[in-house]
Amino acid sequence: MIELSGVCRRYPGGYEVLSGVDLHIARGEKVFLTGRSGAGKSTLLRLIGAIDRPTRGQVIVGGQNLSKMSRGALPYMRREIGLVFQDHKLLYDRSALDNVMLPLLIREMPRADAQRRARAALDKVGLREREKAVPVTLSGGEQQRLCIARAVVAHPHILLADEPTANLDEAYARDIMDLFMAFNSTGTTLVIATHDHDLIARHGGRHVALEGGRVSG
Amino acid sequence: MSTSAVLQHHRDSARVAWLRLRQAPVASLFSILVIGIALALPAGLYLLVDNLQRAAGGLATQAEMTVFLKKEVDAADGQAMALALQKLRGVASARFVDRDAGLAELERGGLEEILTVLPQNPLPHALVIQPARADAALLDKLEQDLRARSEVDDIARASDWTRRLDALVRFGNTLAAVLGWLLGLAMAAITGNTIRLQIYALREEIEVSRLIGATDRFIRRPFLFFGLYQGLLGGLAAWLLTLLAVFALNLSVGEFAKSYGSDFVLTPLDVLSSLALLGGASLLGLAGAWLSVQYTLRRLI
Repeated sequence: MIELSGVCRRYPGGYEVLSGVDLHIARGEKVFLTGRSGAGKSTLLRLIGAIDRPTRGQVIVGGQNLSKMSRGALPYMRREIGLVFQDHKLLYDRSALDNVMLPLLIREMPRADAQRRARAALDKVGLREREKAVPVTLSGGEQQRLCIARAVVAHPHILLADEPTANLDEAYARDIMDLFMAFNSTGTTLVIATHDHDLIARHGGRHVALEGGRVSG
Repeated sequence: MSTSAVLQHHRDSARVAWLRLRQAPVASLFSILVIGIALALPAGLYLLVDNLQRAAGGLATQAEMTVFLKKEVDAADGQAMALALQKLRGVASARFVDRDAGLAELERGGLEEILTVLPQNPLPHALVIQPARADAALLDKLEQDLRARSEVDDIARASDWTRRLDALVRFGNTLAAVLGWLLGLAMAAITGNTIRLQIYALREEIEVSRLIGATDRFIRRPFLFFGLYQGLLGGLAAWLLTLLAVFALNLSVGEFAKSYGSDFVLTPLDVLSSLALLGGASLLGLAGAWLSVQYTLRRLI
């Protein structure tokens, strides 16, 4: 499903975040990425999510080499992937409902169907009552949940989450992880970057540690 | 995806574009006015040339042609020729003028003293031809055809003003076309620049949409509708400006024409020309938007 071979990512200025990462993630697998801040967890997620390209090596997702993909084909690949960003990347002048509907409208789904599914996703993350609220009026945890609702609403094949429970209290963190696990149980591949070792212990799955730009365990 | 879903998304994009236009009413109004003025110049010039042609058409009586027949052609043949010429395309009327009648006309014209010293009537029979319209090309062709006839000795044209008018009309048309192209490009550039600024203002939304799978087509669509609206409204402004100009000019043109015994007034753009103006402006707006979106999106992300 996801295959990284000799992946390097060097940023302008010469700093190499990833230096020769080899990783295979099977379809439906549940993987937790750990490592110190700056270890390259977010960079790795960006590469798998087709947001960034490796400086060297190749990233293959669903049989497609992302480095060789045309500009026109990339959006369709991104639709297969749900992304939970650390900085949420919400549209701050749109309502919560509009934010969650966006991935569905991008897929040119009829508005009524998109609304119905977006409301169901908001319900799952406990924000059904706040559908008309704009993100600036939501707390950090609510914005996080809104971002998760947007990531899962289109039922992606792969779900990439960067510290998805970092801003959540324990009860919501548990609910969100239960939601992720429910998706995983239906075949969605899950890749979660986290510092939370308790989370890994609670939910099992594969643990991939990044250190010095390489996979260490 | 069904056709109705595609139509619905076009409707949504059209609505979003309309809201963006209304979100900055003053800026939108100024852009539309600038486009309107830019388009009103070539449209106004076209209108002026068109009216000039129409006015010239009304003066066709002054474009008459006198055909002098050879001495050996008798009156019966001349009259037969006049009848035959009347059936030609481009000829409104052909009148036979007997040589004696011609002499009488000259006498009435104040040449009586000169004519008395001549031993005999020097005039041949003649035909006075009235063209259907004052068109230099038509008159040239008619003259050429007549000169080819064995009965014709010489031809005199009232004046060469039709040729000058024709050249003036051609010049006016060319100028209107050149101005149209130049100001049309300026209009596309205005629309393109407005859209470029909009893209920068909506950069965050566009980036987020891209990250979650939006295609260029999806992102581009509302901007294209915006360009279309701006072009259409600019065209409408140009149409209104030319209409107002015609009404304003007619106050003095009417008076002027009346002093020459004419009821000539300027007419506004006809339905077909109006539709061409609105359609052309919309297409230019669309083209400007397309180019701007293509260029800016590739530089932005």
